[in-house]
Amino acid sequence: MIGASPMALLELDDVEARYGPIKALHGVSLSVEEGQAVSLLGANGAGKTTTLRAISGTVRRTGDVAFDGRRINRRPPEAVARLGISHVPEGRGIYDELTVWENVILGGSIRRDRRGVKRDAELALRHFPRIADRRKQQAGTLSGGEQQMLALARALVSRPRLLLLDEPSLGLAPTAVSELFRVVRHLNREEGLTVLVVEQNARIALTSTQHAYVLEVGRVVLDGPSEDLARHDGVRASYLGY
Amino acid sequence: MTEFFQYVVVGLANGGIYATLALALVLIHRATGIVNFAQGEMGMFCTFIAWALITHHGLPYWGAFFLTLVVAFFGGAATCKLVIQPLSRTGELTVVMATIALLIILNGLAGWIWSPEVKFLESPFPLEVVHVGGVVMNVQDLGVIGVSLLCVAIVFVFFRFTRLGLQMRASAVGPATSRLLGIRVGLMLSIGWGLAAMLSAVSGIMAASRLPFDPNFMLIVLTYAFAAAVLGGIDSPVGSVVGAFLIGIGISLLSGYASSFLGTELQLPLALAVLMLVLIVRPAGLFGQVVVRRV
Amino acid sequence: MTPFGAEKILWRMLALAAVPLLVVLLPKTLGDYYNFRFALVGIYFIAIIGLNILTGYNGQISLGHGAFLAFGAYTTAILVSNYGVGEYWTIPIAGILTGIFGFLFGLPALRLSGVYLALATFSLATSIPLIAKRYDGFAGGGQGKTIALPSSPFGALSTNEWLSYLTWAVAALMFGAAWLLLRGRVGRSFRAVRDAPIAAVSSGIGLARHKTLAFAIAAAYAGVAGALFTIANAFVNPDSFPVSLSILLLTGAVVGGLGSLEGMLFGAIFIQFAPDWGDKLSKQVHYNEASIQSTVFYGLILLGVLFVMPNGAAGLLRRGRAGLARARGRYADRSQAEPSA
Repeated sequence: MIGASPMALLELDDVEARYGPIKALHGVSLSVEEGQAVSLLGANGAGKTTTLRAISGTVRRTGDVAFDGRRINRRPPEAVARLGISHVPEGRGIYDELTVWENVILGGSIRRDRRGVKRDAELALRHFPRIADRRKQQAGTLSGGEQQMLALARALVSRPRLLLLDEPSLGLAPTAVSELFRVVRHLNREEGLTVLVVEQNARIALTSTQHAYVLEVGRVVLDGPSEDLARHDGVRASYLGY
Repeated sequence: MTEFFQYVVVGLANGGIYATLALALVLIHRATGIVNFAQGEMGMFCTFIAWALITHHGLPYWGAFFLTLVVAFFGGAATCKLVIQPLSRTGELTVVMATIALLIILNGLAGWIWSPEVKFLESPFPLEVVHVGGVVMNVQDLGVIGVSLLCVAIVFVFFRFTRLGLQMRASAVGPATSRLLGIRVGLMLSIGWGLAAMLSAVSGIMAASRLPFDPNFMLIVLTYAFAAAVLGGIDSPVGSVVGAFLIGIGISLLSGYASSFLGTELQLPLALAVLMLVLIVRPAGLFGQVVVRRV
Repeated sequence: MTPFGAEKILWRMLALAAVPLLVVLLPKTLGDYYNFRFALVGIYFIAIIGLNILTGYNGQISLGHGAFLAFGAYTTAILVSNYGVGEYWTIPIAGILTGIFGFLFGLPALRLSGVYLALATFSLATSIPLIAKRYDGFAGGGQGKTIALPSSPFGALSTNEWLSYLTWAVAALMFGAAWLLLRGRVGRSFRAVRDAPIAAVSSGIGLARHKTLAFAIAAAYAGVAGALFTIANAFVNPDSFPVSLSILLLTGAVVGGLGSLEGMLFGAIFIQFAPDWGDKLSKQVHYNEASIQSTVFYGLILLGVLFVMPNGAAGLLRRGRAGLARARGRYADRSQAEPSA
């Protein structure tokens, strides 16, 4: 229920969403507290991406989505972004034709202080030395892993209060995945960034987060501390695939 | 040989007029994916406004010029917000038909408000000639070339080096992602239409300074600008400008050297036939990029 | 069959019978002037059926349909005045020749689509009248060609009444032909090409073949319309076919409803209300106030149609019928529920 946990930065209450005639979410409720890293797990088609879209306003939804105690049910994506929610979509959403630097700078679109944006763009790139010295390169020529890092760097430039990551490991080599999540862990634990990450790679998601929800066919079927889910063999076998 | 350079200069002046309009077409196509068939008429309408400001309200030339640009900007933005954006939900063809409707409306409206009789607009440049290495050039031609190049340069600088320009580029190539970054894509679109309208106004005013004009005078300019934009690659600003100058020079040379053979009637068909040949060899235009469909 | 089912069939039959009935009765009641305009509506009707097949069913935007009309018109003029061919024979001949021309145009146009095709057809539309102007002897140049005004073969009918019957008889034939064509395999594959070109190819429908076929058919229809145009006017001239004609035909097809044959009837009527654009682009600067004003209104109405009924008149009818069906459905449910309650 909205307002039940006073510290929750993000709360979803019985959220439903559909794509035309197909219902993708059948009443999802979850909450993310400030400073927490939460993972949203489940098989393909379980509704994980749709949940993130419901938060950022990219898909039409019913039910309540509250950010910082305020309902944001009717807001379009531009407005949600301006509240401080940064959604890195599935497939990264990189501007292929623009350079690395241009991509990162665009992350600061919601801010007015240009110098601050430039400074933060530099800082963000520092997390990812692999792409930092390629700023003039066209973003479409980067590898999948590098593009994901670029997307993450860009998301940081807006100084988000909540970071939504959609399947960051998709199509990435294992080394790229661990490097990426190392950065995510650092951002959450050292810099206090609140993160909600959707993943099919449950193992790495659980080691990087404190709490986890498991979705199945548009509903939450399981939730609890990440540690517990990781340790429970039965859960791992039936829900997490390992 | 001097004759050749004279034709080239005239061709460049005409090319400049096509270039500003072609740039407007490319701008719109990059942002909305359609060709705005009313682009020429928007320029025509603004030209009439400028003419009215100077002739009926006694404004000085450049005052009227810049005031018209401001009106053009808001007119273009309003068109986008009120007509284009609502209709884009229905489909591309509907939007294209809407631009055709606007073409018809503006054409009739200009004749209705200011009468369809032929009018004259002075050139802001003196009626003089300069001699450069034996070649005689009209200052007026050079003036038009200068203004056109200046506009093109301003547009390039705007998109390349300003924050707003970057956001507009981003909105054009990735509207969904841009929304997630908090960019107001709809606003970016409207601004784009406003800028395109300004470019059309410049094109029209420059064209009107060279010959007497009436409500239909921009139709042929639109045809050449359309051809230039397609020749250069419909999404390439550089390509369309280059294409426009090429077409301008080409037509000028043709009419200069082959006028007896061709007569005025065949200039346009020939130019278009050549364009078609180019397209058959390079379907995406000179600078365009082929979207591989291979079907 | 439910009572509503029978009713629906009755309505269909009435509608189908009404139109030919009107066509048969009207010319006798209209005066000379209106008969001429009525004939023109028939001519436009034929032309935009062809355009509908190309743009509505095959999904290719053509801004050059007027050029094919011009081709057909000039074919008739040249055959009649230079070679003494009987006017009525030129109707099918013009259709076939224009169809071939359309096919030939469609071949290189295969590589083009969307914006590029629009430009190509636009170029055709602007070029044809200019070429006609240039070549004096053969095509009559700027002054055009005159043919003898065909008189009515039936004493009972005046020239214009005969014209109306002739054009509408041909229109009925062409409409029927189109209807048969679109019902069959060709029609379905046309629609497939429009909606999903890649899927169409993988299912074995040759994309190339159908694109050029669509051009050929559309051109043939325009050619027939053009032939009738020359017969009606007894005169052909490059200024009768400005680019605006192609634009006008396209607006008619859109207003009628792309993808609907019957809709083209509305489209043709709509075109008739457009001011005569031929005047505007000809040398004579003899504008009149009313024509300019009606231009503005024509554009505004077109815009209005796009906002309110983007699928044209046909789409509006479809929506209306669907709405009626839903209302009737609710009524039927209720009346059926009662006895068991």
